[in-house]
Amino acid sequence: MALDFSQILPTLPSLIDGMTLTLKLLVMAVAGGVGLGTLLALARLSSNNMLAFAAKFYVNYFRSIPLLLVISWFYLAVPILLYWITGNLTPVGAFTSCLVAFVMFEAAYFSEIVRAGIQAIPKGQLNAAYALGMTYSQAMRLVILPQAFRKMTPLLLQQSIILFQDTSLVYAVGLMDFLNTARSKGDIVGLPHEFLLFAGAVYFVISFSASQVVKRLQKRLAV
Amino acid sequence: MSKMIDINNVNKWYGEFQVLTDCTTSVSKGEVVVVCGPSGSGKSTLIKCVNALEPFQKGEIIVDGISVGDPKTDLPKLRSRVGMVFQHFELFPHLSITDNLAIAQMKVLGRGREEAMDKGLKLLDRVGLKAHAAKFPGQLSGGQQQRVAIARALAMDPIAMLFDEPTSALDPEMINEVLDVMTELAQEGMTMMCVTHEMGFARRVAHRVIFMDKGHIVEDCAKDEFFGNIDARSERARQFLSKILQH
Repeated sequence: MALDFSQILPTLPSLIDGMTLTLKLLVMAVAGGVGLGTLLALARLSSNNMLAFAAKFYVNYFRSIPLLLVISWFYLAVPILLYWITGNLTPVGAFTSCLVAFVMFEAAYFSEIVRAGIQAIPKGQLNAAYALGMTYSQAMRLVILPQAFRKMTPLLLQQSIILFQDTSLVYAVGLMDFLNTARSKGDIVGLPHEFLLFAGAVYFVISFSASQVVKRLQKRLAV
Repeated sequence: MSKMIDINNVNKWYGEFQVLTDCTTSVSKGEVVVVCGPSGSGKSTLIKCVNALEPFQKGEIIVDGISVGDPKTDLPKLRSRVGMVFQHFELFPHLSITDNLAIAQMKVLGRGREEAMDKGLKLLDRVGLKAHAAKFPGQLSGGQQQRVAIARALAMDPIAMLFDEPTSALDPEMINEVLDVMTELAQEGMTMMCVTHEMGFARRVAHRVIFMDKGHIVEDCAKDEFFGNIDARSERARQFLSKILQH
């Protein structure tokens, strides 16, 4: 069977739209996931046992269930949750519910990275911040977290690359991301193999080159 | 002389293990007190109790009239008035030297950026490091970093300074540049509590010497008495001194 890639070019605009959605979801999920993950990490390291336990439970729970389940579940649950909170029915798009699902799910993984990053900063730094009269929150914001994030950057990026690939799971709720667009266009044109091969190549090039950048960054930060 | 730091019957445990037992001493305004003793004797723990970096379970410590152990005490405020210098410098590696000097002035004392920078540069000049203002801590030698750390503490206009083995992590040739800064500070009348093994510094600069062993304050006397009348010292202190004074 001869492969025919000629039909990809005409569908490029929709493929680019799909990639735009993928990247938009990725960037927002990483930002939200790192933010929520940092709060979870601080809660887990807190001396308040209740808070630490709640965060630990959250992290272990989300790390023990499949992402696909979280996506499907939030697709059903987010509108209901919003109804409980606001009291009126607001239509929530698949994109929003997916974003919420990714943020909640990835926060569990990011929080473990952030926690390790915070723990890698010597205790003396916290003492020095305290000795200068800083409060806990000042010490974290001004002294500990900036150093921790510098150390964690490669790991956070690595996790983001995994997330980039995982965004393709949004096909389950019918969102037209890059992979879903390629698949459906391939079906329509009648060339599913070519379109999937092409999509695979695009994922590979982006993920692989991003990994290489991370590796280089890791070396530079290690000095 | 009024008491700046008053330590009264302080006891501290790590679980079952008692690290400080009935420690009582004080540091008057303008006084320089050197705390020495073998490692594990509790001297670093005691000095960290003074600004509540370490909690203690029994007794009280009063700094400038404020009780450190009182749960109602505003600890950040109290700590901002007491300077502390650490064994491993603990400069903030992600900030330039000037930012290291300015950050707490701005965020804790609420000074403007210009005022904080000005003050920082003046103190940096004083410890002889003005030329390094734009560098980062990692680019300086240990001795230079420790001098910056002293300047950083002084930038807060402290009422007293705590030194926790400030020269223990330094190469021998860098010890003196740090001790010189400390000596100058003492001569200007700064109230100082210094945990150190530098007996030469103690002889030259200290008013009083405290010797600790196994969590107890074993000796607490005037410098001349401590060094001049060695026969009157406890067995443990004599052993310690004979070891440390040989070199």
